[in-house]
Amino acid sequence: MDFISILSIFVLACFVGYYVVWSVTPALHTPLMAVTNAISSVIIVGALIAAAAANVPGAKWLGLLGIVLASVNIFGGFAVTARMLAMYKKKETK
Amino acid sequence: MLSFATSDKAVAPAQAGANHGHVARLIGRGWTPACAGVTALFLASPAAASTGGAATPAWAMLAYLVSGVFFILALRGLSSPSSSRAGNRFGMVGMLIAVGTTLATHMPWKTGDAENSYVGPDLFGLGEIMAAIAIGAVIGVTIARRIDMRQMPELVAAFHSLVGLAAVLVGWAAYLNPEGFGLLVPFVGDGLHPANFEDRMMISPVSKIEMGLGIAIGAITFSGSIIAFAKLSGKMSGAPILLPARHVINLGTLIAIIVLTGLFAMAAPGATLPLIVALTVLAFAIGFLLIIPIGGADMPVVVSMLNSYSGWAAAAMGFTLGNSAMIITGALVGSSGAILSYIMCKAMNRSFISVIAGGFGAESGATASGGGEQRPYKTGSAEDAAFMLEQAEKVIVIPGYGMAVAQAQHALREMGDLLKAKGVEVKYAIHPVAGRMPGHMNVLLAEANVPYDEVFELEDINSEFAQCDVAFIIGANDVVNPAAKTDKTSPIYGMPVFDVDKAKQVFFIKRSMGGVGYAGVDNDVFYMDQTMMLLADAKKMVEDIVKALGH
Repeated sequence: MDFISILSIFVLACFVGYYVVWSVTPALHTPLMAVTNAISSVIIVGALIAAAAANVPGAKWLGLLGIVLASVNIFGGFAVTARMLAMYKKKETK
Repeated sequence: MLSFATSDKAVAPAQAGANHGHVARLIGRGWTPACAGVTALFLASPAAASTGGAATPAWAMLAYLVSGVFFILALRGLSSPSSSRAGNRFGMVGMLIAVGTTLATHMPWKTGDAENSYVGPDLFGLGEIMAAIAIGAVIGVTIARRIDMRQMPELVAAFHSLVGLAAVLVGWAAYLNPEGFGLLVPFVGDGLHPANFEDRMMISPVSKIEMGLGIAIGAITFSGSIIAFAKLSGKMSGAPILLPARHVINLGTLIAIIVLTGLFAMAAPGATLPLIVALTVLAFAIGFLLIIPIGGADMPVVVSMLNSYSGWAAAAMGFTLGNSAMIITGALVGSSGAILSYIMCKAMNRSFISVIAGGFGAESGATASGGGEQRPYKTGSAEDAAFMLEQAEKVIVIPGYGMAVAQAQHALREMGDLLKAKGVEVKYAIHPVAGRMPGHMNVLLAEANVPYDEVFELEDINSEFAQCDVAFIIGANDVVNPAAKTDKTSPIYGMPVFDVDKAKQVFFIKRSMGGVGYAGVDNDVFYMDQTMMLLADAKKMVEDIVKALGH
């Protein structure tokens, strides 16, 4: 993809992010931070690419370490979000 | 030295080209020209070289786009607690698609050599990757299961630091192995060096700027989050540490980072290493320097801000790799953190600049020590409070972080249940800065089984104080201080606060009359006619009230 296409995606995504995040209820701001944390670890994509290419060992090991860090975040982030969200209950109807 | 002839992925651009041809034929058979145009945009391979991803087939690009859409849906789900769990699952699906796609397009590959003629997936390499994921998964899930909800801010700060460090590692890996990332373009010469200088390939300047920014933002996120984590978890004093001339140092470092990024982008292939090393080191340093002068009270803003940074770091790496999933996610997370910082700043009536400049909490310590004369106040016992709570029609509970420190939320919920059983209407009012991160108090109440539809935000409930019989303040202080509305000299002047002075009766649970809130200011609510101070440990006091209500 050329730079302008990528920039277009980025700018539009910023606007999407702006409106989507404002619609998040304040009661869920902590889960929001936990889940954004988890999804920003999509950076694991870069680490996977680095770890898969064996021709430069240094880059490969950096990639593997990056995978470990990002997976801590992905699994930890989604799991802790799920744990928090499971606690939000409605008033039981009597 | 890198060269195309010996590399595993040397054929990748050619493969991609073949793919394009194939798809082009498909397009020719039945698709409308408009579709073909759009598809051609996706497949524009010559331009792709400038931002990497040259080897990414079209289906993978679409998959990354789908994964980005899932991430948008994940955040969208959080608009209400009922849809939030589905949202979280969308996030997981998005991540699965992104990781699966990458594994499929970048499978570790063996091309065979003198000793072993095996050509195919490098199972050992794949095993290493899987092991790395498994290690991360075990650590992550263990932490997520064990963490105390009061420690969420620390956990989030720690997770941010991991994203930051991962961004630095990926940036460095891309620098060391630009070929694997598809970042190489023909070296065109720069006046000093002939066009065939060293290798004939180099990383394109655009990629180097993106890489440099990714590494810099990642490093700032990492070291900043480490400090935020240390301050939040009490491993380091929350008091701001003010270096002399810190603004000059910080600005100088930031400018140096920007200049280095520029130099790094323009440098000839052989001269980039010292520049990127200096860039990384300075970025780590500025992260520490930026967060050290910020006081504990401002940590909610800092955590949100670092959340934003971790997003921008991911977006910068997404530009380097030409990966839409990373860019969409980065933009989402970046905006999310920025909006949360804005909300927090507004709730404290602080400008973002003044938070970043730091030092809050250092000056206000002085105003607190210069306290005025002793004023009269009324105290009461748990039995008095219980009696009056029973008689009330409507009670609004205002919990603050002190409640969570005392672990009083479970007793508080029990009290609420007893009162509701006696026909009293109970509501909870939460200030945006009530916890130590945005929405923290809501999580703590949810953990204590308080239904979320009894919990209200500041704007939604503030008008109801005039009709309520009892405002029950537990572990909060600054957020009910009327000085924020009246006293222009107060450090919290202008901060939106609860109008508890309008309630018929105010109960204020506080350990003693000695300590004052985070901001270090006295509170007129203590001395109002309708206020009864309940001086005790919050948990003990609420338990006593529960006991008295049971009689």
